Amino acid sequence: MIANIGYYVLVLTFLASLYGAGAAAYGALKNKPEFVESGRYAMLLTGPLLTVASAAIIWLLATGHYEIGFVASVTSNSMPTYLKVTALWGGQEGSLVFWAWLMAAFTSAASLRKWDRDREMLPWFIMVTMITLAFFLSLVVFFENPFARLWLSADGQQVTAMLQPTGAVPLNPPDGRGLNPLLRHPGMIIHPPALYLGFVAYVIPYAFAMAALITRRSDDRWIRITRRWTLVAWIFLSLGLILGGRWAYDVLGWGGYWGWDPVEIAALLPWLAGTAFLHSVMVQEKKGMLKHWNVVLIILTYALVLFGTFLSRSGVLSSVHAFAKSAIGPMFFVFIGGTFIVSLSLLINRWEMLKGENFLTSVFSREALFLLNNFLFMGILVVSFWGVIFPLISELITGQKITVGPPFYERANGPLGLGLLILMAIAPLSAYASTTWKTIGRALWKPALVTLLVPLTLYFVGIRNPIALLGYTAAALVAFVTLYEFWRGVMARHRQHGENLPLALWRLVGRNRRRYGGYIIHLGVVLMAFGIIGIEVYQTETQATLSRGEQVTLGRYVMTYDDISVFDTNDGRNVARAVVSVYQDGKFVDELYPRKDYYYDSQQAVTIPGTRSMLADDFYVILVGLDPDSRSDATFKVYHNPLVNFIWIGGIVFSLGTIVAVWVSSGRRRANKTSSATRSTRT
Amino acid sequence: MRKFQMAMGITLGFILLSQVFALPAFAQDGGPTDDDVNAIARELYCPVCENIPLDVCPTQACEQWRATIREKLVLGWSDDQIKDYFVDQYGPRVLAEPPAEGFNALVYILPPVLFVIGALILFMVMRAWKVEPPAPKSKGVSVESDDPYIAQLEQELRQRDE
Repeated sequence: MIANIGYYVLVLTFLASLYGAGAAAYGALKNKPEFVESGRYAMLLTGPLLTVASAAIIWLLATGHYEIGFVASVTSNSMPTYLKVTALWGGQEGSLVFWAWLMAAFTSAASLRKWDRDREMLPWFIMVTMITLAFFLSLVVFFENPFARLWLSADGQQVTAMLQPTGAVPLNPPDGRGLNPLLRHPGMIIHPPALYLGFVAYVIPYAFAMAALITRRSDDRWIRITRRWTLVAWIFLSLGLILGGRWAYDVLGWGGYWGWDPVEIAALLPWLAGTAFLHSVMVQEKKGMLKHWNVVLIILTYALVLFGTFLSRSGVLSSVHAFAKSAIGPMFFVFIGGTFIVSLSLLINRWEMLKGENFLTSVFSREALFLLNNFLFMGILVVSFWGVIFPLISELITGQKITVGPPFYERANGPLGLGLLILMAIAPLSAYASTTWKTIGRALWKPALVTLLVPLTLYFVGIRNPIALLGYTAAALVAFVTLYEFWRGVMARHRQHGENLPLALWRLVGRNRRRYGGYIIHLGVVLMAFGIIGIEVYQTETQATLSRGEQVTLGRYVMTYDDISVFDTNDGRNVARAVVSVYQDGKFVDELYPRKDYYYDSQQAVTIPGTRSMLADDFYVILVGLDPDSRSDATFKVYHNPLVNFIWIGGIVFSLGTIVAVWVSSGRRRANKTSSATRSTRT
Repeated sequence: MRKFQMAMGITLGFILLSQVFALPAFAQDGGPTDDDVNAIARELYCPVCENIPLDVCPTQACEQWRATIREKLVLGWSDDQIKDYFVDQYGPRVLAEPPAEGFNALVYILPPVLFVIGALILFMVMRAWKVEPPAPKSKGVSVESDDPYIAQLEQELRQRDE
């Protein structure tokens, strides 16, 4: 009953989104506002409808309706309720509905704005978003139906279908297969939704860009309207990536946070394009330049969002994230290709209209440095994209499968990343238009001088690795320049308004949240770079098979294997849990419990590391295996991960910076009020 | 190229030496350690484990591969010989990167070529856009500021710097 309601609601939402797109476009073309309004109502209806459909799936998941194919494939009796609920995005069908649900919610929210000045864009915004929504809904309505039932066909085969196939009898299994054990982690609550939110929110700036092109608007209105939406999309995408890294570190058991897995890269690609976009739109807002480029970037970001979804759902790539092979691959391929071609054609058609309003006056100007920033982001994007798709191309041409692994990406992206760090240090000191190397030099010399102490100190304490020396110097330069910028601003306010320093800092940030939020984000990146260089250059590891009481040494650490216990849990796991003692410089510092959980339902094992986490480093122990004969000798892999926690701390600072930047308009409102108040006091 | 030849020479030398003495390299210290095995496994990928390097892959199949590496090390095989063995058995996909030969060389050639083309385009675009900077309107006024507070701030900072 619930399944039927859910399915018909999905069909209804699909029809509503098609109607919304058609009505809005018809209304705009025939100049009939009532049709546009009707299209908007259809759009507003999709959110509540998909809420009903999603609630139906969640109810089926939480109550163990294993007669539904999707429910049986991602849940089991032994799973805790929070995982049963979050299994909505743990499999192909549910995650597509979840995706559509978020998109409907976002687009409806965006359509509720006041359209006074931009009414001509509304129908096209509705059309673009509703076509996208209709595409995703078509996938679940026709191919990956989350409400389809399990049947036993006449020839004894298990089939999944909405309606009873001829001769088949309903199948009602007492238990499900359960969620992939790697996904049974609290990270499941937040990592996929964050990434999805980031992905779907990018449809809004894309839709506005298309609306602006269709309505022949050459101003930067579409950018200004979508500024906060873009930042929201970007922060969720960033959070999704960072949380994914943390999850991998906690669960995947390889001592790392990023493995250059194709689907990781697939999420990174729109982030790279989106980050380039965040920077280059500022040039259009300030100088009226780069109009073509900004449209290209938002088309690219959106196409890469679709591409990322396609990669993880089509089964074309081997990846730890890829869902099973599916029929929806070709559909995605056509949709991405179509979107890309139509969007670019529209841009080419409007090319003349988008001519820049200004020229470049200096290669050291902010706009020139932003261009360089975009160039480097595009460099990383091209390398990463090429690395992901090359195995497919190679297999197509040579018939031979190949792997393009981490060394390829690291070799190419490392120097480009370093270039971005250096740029991050210089660009904030440049102004739009007339910056010269002299003005940059004047602003740079003080922080640069302080920065020089960093490589000297590092060298003095024995660090000789050129990557570490170079990376830390560049990161330190960004940090000192950024902090110096804050200092200059705070001191200016302190002198001018007599404010004490904390108040001056608070108001400085409050008056231009976008700028100082951006600086805080840069500081977050510095902290992350600090951690990344630490673990990438100085990670050490060793592996040993130990009997009880034996020990293994790694640098300053000694680990003693004390005990092991193997037991069944009431949630369907067989757990092997070791007890190890950790000594640092001969002194006992911690007891850790690395374990291996074997899930009976899915017949898969998951390694949970034991970690002693300090600011300076992590001591990270994995129970690799247990000797089947002795049942007590165990193999451990031990990692020393220096500075890894700075990645997570940097992630938090990064997120705070984005939150500061998102509230740009309220800051501006206050700034305007204050400045007019200041003016009136002075007069 | 010279480095490569040198490496090949050294490798061959080691192979010959190991054959001459006919003793496994680890005979004295009780065989290869897990770390010796992992050092090679880290650079290999099994065909079924979805981009997980062999040294950290938890599956049974990968455990057997690691056991094979250990056997070969005991026999005195070099790292390259062991890697070549796996390539012969399972194809080039077991390597972290394809060998830079034939069609696969493109994976290494295209990014730097595109980078140079991109840099040229960037250079040309910047040159085409470049105009002489206009004479400063009034000393110390920032051109970037549409926010009155920031304009004031910039102005003060500039005056202080000059």
